[in-house]
Amino acid sequence: MTAMPKWADAVLVPLISLLIAFFISGLVILAIGEDPIAAMKLMVTGALGSTYGWGYTLYYATNFIFTGLAVSVAFQAGLFNIGGEGQATLGGLGVAMACLFIPWPHWSLALVAAVFASALFGAAWAAIPAYLQAKRGSHVVITTIMFNFIASALLVYLLVNVLRPEGALDSASARFGDAMRLPRLNDILALVGIPFNNRNPANISLLIALASCVGVWLLMWRTRLGYQLRAFGKSEKASVYAGINPVRMTMYAMLISGGLSGMMAINTVMGEAGRLLLNSVEGAGFIGIAVALMGRSHPVGVLLAALLFGFLYQGGAELALWTSIPRELIIVIQALVILFTGALDDMVRRPVAGLFLLMKKGKA
Amino acid sequence: MSLMKHFAAATASIALTAGAAVADPALIFDLGGKFDKSFNESAYEGAQRWAKETGGSYKELEMQSEAQREQFVRRMAETGANPIVVMSFSNIETLNTVAPDFPDTKFVLIDGVVDQPNVRSVMFAEHEGSYLVGMLAAMASKSDTVGFIGGMDIPLIRQFGCGYAQGVKAVTPDATVIANMTGNTGAAWNDPVKGGELAKSQISQGADVIFAAAGGTGMGVLQAAADADILSIGVDSNQNHLHPGKVLTSMLKRVDNAVYAAFKAGEAVETGHVNMDLAAEGVGYALDENNEALITEEMKAAVDAAAAKIASGELAVHDYYTDNTCPAVSF
Amino acid sequence: METSRRQESAASASNPLAIELRGISKAFGPVQANKDISIQVAKGSIHGIIGENGAGKSTLMSILYGFYKADAGEIYISGNLTPIPDSQSAIRAGIGMVFQHFKLVPNFTVLENVILGAEGGAILRGAMAKARKSLSDLAREYELEVNPDAVVEDLSVGHQQRVEILKALYRQADILILDEPTGVLTPAEADQLFRILNGLKDQGKTVILITHKLREIMEITDTVSVMRRGQMTATVKTAETSPEELAELMVGRKVLLSVEKTPAAPGGMVLEVENLRVRDETGVERLKGISFNIRAGEILGIAGVAGNGQSELLELLAGIARGEGTVRLNGQEVALNATADGQSRRARGIAHVPEDRQHLGLIMDFTAWENVAFGYHHAPEYQRSALLMDNDAVRTDTVDKMERYDVRPPIPTLPAKNFSGGNQQKLVVAREMDRNPELLLVGQPTRGVDIGAIEFIHKQIVALRDAGKAVLLVSVELDEIMSLSDRIAVMFDGKIMGERDPKITNERELGLLMAGVVK
Repeated sequence: MTAMPKWADAVLVPLISLLIAFFISGLVILAIGEDPIAAMKLMVTGALGSTYGWGYTLYYATNFIFTGLAVSVAFQAGLFNIGGEGQATLGGLGVAMACLFIPWPHWSLALVAAVFASALFGAAWAAIPAYLQAKRGSHVVITTIMFNFIASALLVYLLVNVLRPEGALDSASARFGDAMRLPRLNDILALVGIPFNNRNPANISLLIALASCVGVWLLMWRTRLGYQLRAFGKSEKASVYAGINPVRMTMYAMLISGGLSGMMAINTVMGEAGRLLLNSVEGAGFIGIAVALMGRSHPVGVLLAALLFGFLYQGGAELALWTSIPRELIIVIQALVILFTGALDDMVRRPVAGLFLLMKKGKA
Repeated sequence: MSLMKHFAAATASIALTAGAAVADPALIFDLGGKFDKSFNESAYEGAQRWAKETGGSYKELEMQSEAQREQFVRRMAETGANPIVVMSFSNIETLNTVAPDFPDTKFVLIDGVVDQPNVRSVMFAEHEGSYLVGMLAAMASKSDTVGFIGGMDIPLIRQFGCGYAQGVKAVTPDATVIANMTGNTGAAWNDPVKGGELAKSQISQGADVIFAAAGGTGMGVLQAAADADILSIGVDSNQNHLHPGKVLTSMLKRVDNAVYAAFKAGEAVETGHVNMDLAAEGVGYALDENNEALITEEMKAAVDAAAAKIASGELAVHDYYTDNTCPAVSF
Repeated sequence: METSRRQESAASASNPLAIELRGISKAFGPVQANKDISIQVAKGSIHGIIGENGAGKSTLMSILYGFYKADAGEIYISGNLTPIPDSQSAIRAGIGMVFQHFKLVPNFTVLENVILGAEGGAILRGAMAKARKSLSDLAREYELEVNPDAVVEDLSVGHQQRVEILKALYRQADILILDEPTGVLTPAEADQLFRILNGLKDQGKTVILITHKLREIMEITDTVSVMRRGQMTATVKTAETSPEELAELMVGRKVLLSVEKTPAAPGGMVLEVENLRVRDETGVERLKGISFNIRAGEILGIAGVAGNGQSELLELLAGIARGEGTVRLNGQEVALNATADGQSRRARGIAHVPEDRQHLGLIMDFTAWENVAFGYHHAPEYQRSALLMDNDAVRTDTVDKMERYDVRPPIPTLPAKNFSGGNQQKLVVAREMDRNPELLLVGQPTRGVDIGAIEFIHKQIVALRDAGKAVLLVSVELDEIMSLSDRIAVMFDGKIMGERDPKITNERELGLLMAGVVK
């Protein structure tokens, strides 16, 4: 509505929000008697200063790309899927099913099976809330969050009673076979002659995540289904006028969203742990909401926001490693970033828009 | 050694804390965090005791995510800390991967077994200690109904519950053991409100002694029991003082001692398996001025006799881990 | 300069100015909504502001009421420079506003609504008693009788509007702005409103009436300002002008208010409708057995006061709503049950220009080209492959349609919300009519549309008829029904009261039918 150019809206405003968040974080760090500049330096070098740090940053970012895309797709269709946590949990179960019980001869076959199984399980977990929303009008926000708890309980039951190898202390499944170990990022980069640290969990799932970004973009902006999903998300009433079936759209959106959430498990369960753990999702489903908000539900935005949160996670870990900044404070920093880039976006946008208006007037 | 170059680059930025010439011991807490009112905190107390007594310093880290397990242990080893105490069975895989890369560093794993030459694996016989407090519960109970409230439903907690139920049944074969778990997520370790609710529910079913093996959640159980004027049993450390005269006893699991001993031995800490059982005083029950009125001479005599039999191997308490089942109670 | 400008001072020596706006400008992005606007409104007069949709009338009044901040310009109230940064300041300055869509709490009583926001403290008792007293005073003074204890949602629309006026008067408004006040009223209610406004004027209040209906301007205002494309083209005394002159000032050229068309040449039967019944979600029967038919090359106009079942009829025929009865298109049955939807209707050649283009016909956040594909997103010419849509093809088609249907600005990538009402409607009309449908359902085709666009849309509808297609026209504008239809059916309370030939009938007869009176 204003004279603000597109680049300012997409880049400048989030950047300023980010700077404010870091500035306030700095004040908090200062208040507990640590050096904010050194802390910031530590975060940056720790997360981006070496291929080792990059490996972790990209590993976390891969998770957030999947869950961020999942929230975005649902959001474009006007649905608020906050069940990413549960859908990713079930996705993990799908990966475990594919990897534990079939002796795949090669990782590539196992990966195809795991992608399929994780998406299927994640989508199935989203299907029930989607059906309840479409047919009964039970709000997905409520049902998806309830399904997070059910997923968690289901996984505990299965890991404690069914999938845990006898005598194991840990509530985790058996290790997947060595043939199912996914190539790490350093293996892939070595093929093109780029040296990369090999002590990090970044793996081929990153490429699947990037492909998913392209896929979601194609889906939403190039296909008929995407067109209908977006139309449905903008106005259900108008969609009915156009002959777009709300029940079908709700189902499709949630199934795709759940499938994307589920695929996150390829990265954590198959790529990193090599077995199914109790808490392999670890809040990534919820971070996906922040990532989607910050990324404006667009795959490019989601990718950038996921990288930012990957950086915050790895940078935060480095802070925890080498300073006495308590880990609660690191969560505070992450929360400040979410607050300023997501919730308080308008606080920055308005003054910036005003500034552009002034500049325009000054020229005129 | 190209990978070490990366590490060198990464560690160069670590000047913040590096600089200790003599190797400090280190303690790495598991996901629950340092102040989990349970076994991480118990380890912290052991480390603090060592620091106070010797005036030494140690390093500590709190893990925040699954992906950080290997990362944190590895990075800690790179700083030269020795020995490194790592908490929880969740890190069995971690140490299997990391320990071989640092043959000169000693690792101490609490609550798990790792077969590496430079790892000391410390296991506690929770079922044995729980057996003893189970006997006490049965002897103190007038209704012959006792309760067990676990934290998160994981095998470790079932191990507690299973030993407890066996102890109860050893005294009163037809006693009822009501067993509840608080939840299925990490939140179950720190939900005193729900702990209190569960306790009240068990009390309404007739339980007059309740054993809480639930970390911070247990605070609510103990409170609810004291409010209802029945007895409770604490866990891990001696919790008798929390409600004097209302806490029958506490099942001791001396994680603090294990950490303290490892720190004290320093780089010379012995590796291999260490079984902190009754015989090694790794587990036991608490008797102090807060509960001496509750434990009669004959109760004490019976329990001590059983303890001696267990220690000598004459009495075998079923180990839940061996077959994932419990003969005395179902969860 | 397209037309000659006439500027007359509305103020005379005896009548000081209530409001004076000087050089007001306001831009929304690239759109200049108001450009250097100056108006003078004399105290104790009724001043009309007329203009096409998107001419900037509502923006100007929103600035006066403190909703928008003007980029430039000054506001004088009773001769004093008065900045109005928010609506509270406007209320303090004695300005009251009655919106087109009422801002009332439906489940509050009249009294509660009136004091809402002016409670004068946390304890209501005193304020309620005071309000009751002044409400009855006001009611007597201005003939604004409303039961203060009636719940607002039980009141008729006309009475709800009275509550809005009372609200403003209770806040001591001396200047009353009404935005398209008759849009929701029956003719009788409109007459009632005008009596009230005249009463207010007699008591020395100043009234500003925003409308696009020439008849109302001629009937009630003392002076009138005409706006076109964000600019004030003229301010004239109403007694010294004519509807034709005002219309010309609005659009900048002569327009034909009546539609030129040849007599109908009805062909074969296209639409046969028998005994349609529809219940709403509360179980109330909204269509009570409707039957009619339309032949090829014929326009059937449905007249009636809004809310008498016309919307339900359109939605049922368009496949949006469900109902009972029989509908045949070219002799073949059309589904009215759950299998019906907008897609199957379009496949049968039924096009639908909906009554509510902003909520049904368009997705305001979508671009023009995305809206051109809306409802026709399955059309073969818009597909690249089984999965992918051919966005380029849609865009090319949009450029073509925009040119032929005179949609301005002709930018296919502009979001629908950035077009004026008339151009939005042209976009819908282009989409629905350009495929040569067998049957066109069209509801309120010119609601909130400027005169230039009305003329264009009317011509398109007639052209479709002349091409041998059937048209069902629903409109609450009697002029439109009279000038376009070949036959007129009048709906009242979910039934058709009767059919008339527009050449024989007159507005009086139709008005009686619309009121449910059958001679």
